[in-house]
Amino acid sequence: MEEEKKYELRLYIAGKTAKSVTALQNLKKYCEEHLKGQYKIEVIDLLVQPQLAEGDQIFAIPTLVRKVPEPIRKIIGDLSNEEKVLVGLDIRPA
Amino acid sequence: MSKAKEQKMNEKYPTLPKTPTGITGLDEITGGGIPKGRPTLVCGDAGCGKTLMSLEFIIRGAIDFGEPGVFMAFEEKTDELAMNVASLGFDLDKLQEEKKIKLDHVHIDRSEIEETGEYDLEGLFIRLNYAIDSIGAKRVVLDTLENLFSGLSNEAVLRAELRRLFHWLKDKGVTAIITGERGEGKLTRQGLEEYVSDCVILLDHRVINQISTRRLRIVKYRGSVHGTNEYPFLIDEEGISVLPVTSLKLEKPVSSERIRSGIPALDKMLDGRGFFKGSSILVSGTAGTGKTSIAAYFANQTCSEGNKCIYFAFEESPNQIIRNMHSIGVNLQQYVDEGLLKFFASRPTLYGLEMHLVAMYKTIKKFKPQAVVLDPITNLITVGSVSEVKSMLIRLIDFLQEEQITVMFTALTLNTIISDQTDEGVSSLVDAWLLVRDIEYNGERNRGMYIMKSRGMKHSNQVREFVITDKGLDLVEVYLGPDGVLTGSAREAQILHEQTGEVLRDYAYNRKDREISRKRKVLEAKISSLQTEFESIEEELNKVSQEEELVKQVTDKTRAEITQRRGEKG
Repeated sequence: MEEEKKYELRLYIAGKTAKSVTALQNLKKYCEEHLKGQYKIEVIDLLVQPQLAEGDQIFAIPTLVRKVPEPIRKIIGDLSNEEKVLVGLDIRPA
Repeated sequence: MSKAKEQKMNEKYPTLPKTPTGITGLDEITGGGIPKGRPTLVCGDAGCGKTLMSLEFIIRGAIDFGEPGVFMAFEEKTDELAMNVASLGFDLDKLQEEKKIKLDHVHIDRSEIEETGEYDLEGLFIRLNYAIDSIGAKRVVLDTLENLFSGLSNEAVLRAELRRLFHWLKDKGVTAIITGERGEGKLTRQGLEEYVSDCVILLDHRVINQISTRRLRIVKYRGSVHGTNEYPFLIDEEGISVLPVTSLKLEKPVSSERIRSGIPALDKMLDGRGFFKGSSILVSGTAGTGKTSIAAYFANQTCSEGNKCIYFAFEESPNQIIRNMHSIGVNLQQYVDEGLLKFFASRPTLYGLEMHLVAMYKTIKKFKPQAVVLDPITNLITVGSVSEVKSMLIRLIDFLQEEQITVMFTALTLNTIISDQTDEGVSSLVDAWLLVRDIEYNGERNRGMYIMKSRGMKHSNQVREFVITDKGLDLVEVYLGPDGVLTGSAREAQILHEQTGEVLRDYAYNRKDREISRKRKVLEAKISSLQTEFESIEEELNKVSQEEELVKQVTDKTRAEITQRRGEKG
C-alpha cells in the first residue's frame, strides 16, 4: 500500500501545450525543493478525461489543485512565480 | 401600395435561420426566434429576469422543440436553479436525468484561487464541449459570463478568451444565450456586446409611480427584421410572456356576422341585429347610469348562446357583480359554474398598464372567449396617463380584432356635459359607442341612451329611455311632445294625460252624435208635416178644378137643351 502523502496535488492540463509543460516542470521543481517525499502529483489531461473538469471546478488551464491537506486550494497559470505558488499551496506562510 | 412593391415583399429571400425560443411572444417580435447557431446577448439590471429567460429558453427547447440544452451557470448553483424553476412547474432534475438538459455550475471564488503566470480558459471550453457532446445539445446558455471577471484578474487573457469562446460557440453551431449585467453607459459591465454582434436583447425593470413594469427591447438583430419597440413582459407561474404590443398593419380580418347585445330593444336600434362580431363597443356614461348592467347583459347574452366570455372587472369583485346583477334578473352564476363566464378582477393598481395588458392578453389567449368585457377602463387611468391608457387600449383592440373577439368597454364620464373628447380618447378607436346619460327633469333622474356611432350599419338616431327594473333592462321610446323630450314619470304622466284626453274626447263625440240624430229626427218630423200640408192644399186645388169642370159640363148640357127646344118651336 502506498504511503499516505502529506500533499496531494492535481495538475489539470489540456494536451501538451507550452503552458502545461512549463507548469508541470515548475511544479515538479518546487516540490522537489520544498516537499521532497511528502507529495504526490497527479496529472489529468482534460482532452482525455473531460468529465473530470466539472468535479474540481476547472475552467482555466493549467490549474493546480491541492486536494490534501484541506481546504482545497487552486492555483491557475503556468506556475512561473515560485513565491505565489508556495504561498498558494501554504508551503510558505505569506 | 404599388403593385411592384407588393410583389417585392412577397418574394422570398433566403432569410437568417432562427431558433424559436418558445417564450410566449418573443418569437413573434424576433420574427421566429434568435439567430440559429449564433450567440445572443441578453442583458439587463439585476433582477430583470435574465436568468429566467435564458433558462426558459433551454427548458422550452428541451420540452417543446426536442433540442437538448446546456445551462452553464456562473452565478447560481444547479440545485438553486432547479428550485427557482420548480415554481414554474418545470422539473429540472427529471429533465437532467432524461439527458435533455445539462446544468453545470461554474464556481469561481477569488479567495480560493491564486494566479501565477500564463493561463487560458481551455478548461471551460473542454467542460462546455463535454457537456454539449454528452447530450447532443443544440442550445447553450452561459449565465452571467462576466462573473469570470470578478474571479480572475487577468483581464487581457479573459478578453482574448471570451472572443475565442464566441467564435468557438459559432463553430460548434449551437444557439447560445449569454447573459450580462447592465453596466453604466454600456449594455454590459464588461462590454460583452463587443463580442456578440448578432442579436442583443435588453431587459429592463422600471418603476414608475410605484408600479413596476418589465420591458424588453431588441437592441440589435443583425440580418433580420425585428420589432424595435419596448415590449412589456410578465413573469408569472407560467414563465415569461412577452407581448408583441402593436401590430403595425391595419390588416385585420373583418366579419359581417352579428352578435346580440342582450337587450332586444338595443339590437333593434342597431339595424335590428346587434353589433358586428369582433368589433369594439364603448359604453360611456356618468356614474350610476347602468353601464355595468349593460355589460353584464352583454356577457349574459354571450354565455346564453353557449359562447365564452371574460369579464375584466377593475372596480367590483366578481361576487359583487353577480349579486348586483341578480337584482335585475340576470343570473351570471350559472355561467360561471358552467365555465362559460370567467371573471378576472383586479385593482388597477395591482400592476402597471402594460402588465395589465399582458395579463389580459394571456388570459384571453388561454380562455379563448368570443366576447370580452372591460369594466371600467376609466379606472386604469389611476395607473397611467390618458395617452398611455389610450395606447394600451389601441393595442388591446388590435389584438382582439385579430382574434375576432368582441369587446365591450365601459367608461365613466365625470361631467354631465357630454364631450366628444372624453373616454380616454378611445371613442375614435371603437366601432360602436353607446352613451348613457342622465336626464334630470322634473325632480328626478332618468337615463337616456343613444348610439353616438356604430360603424358600418344603419343605426337609430333616437334617444331612448333606458329603464332598469327588477325584470331587467329595457329601452322605451321617450315621449316627444310639444314640450320636448319627456322621460320617467313625466313620460308616464304625459301618457296618462293623453289617455284622459282621449276618454273626454270620446265622450264629447258621443254627445254630438246624439244631438245630430235628434236634430235629424226633428227635421224629419217637420218635413213630413209639410208634406201633409202640401197634400191637403193640392187636394183642395184639385177639388176646385173638378167643380169648375162639372159646372162647365152642366152649363154646356143645359145650353144645348135650350137650343134644341127653341129650334122645335121655331
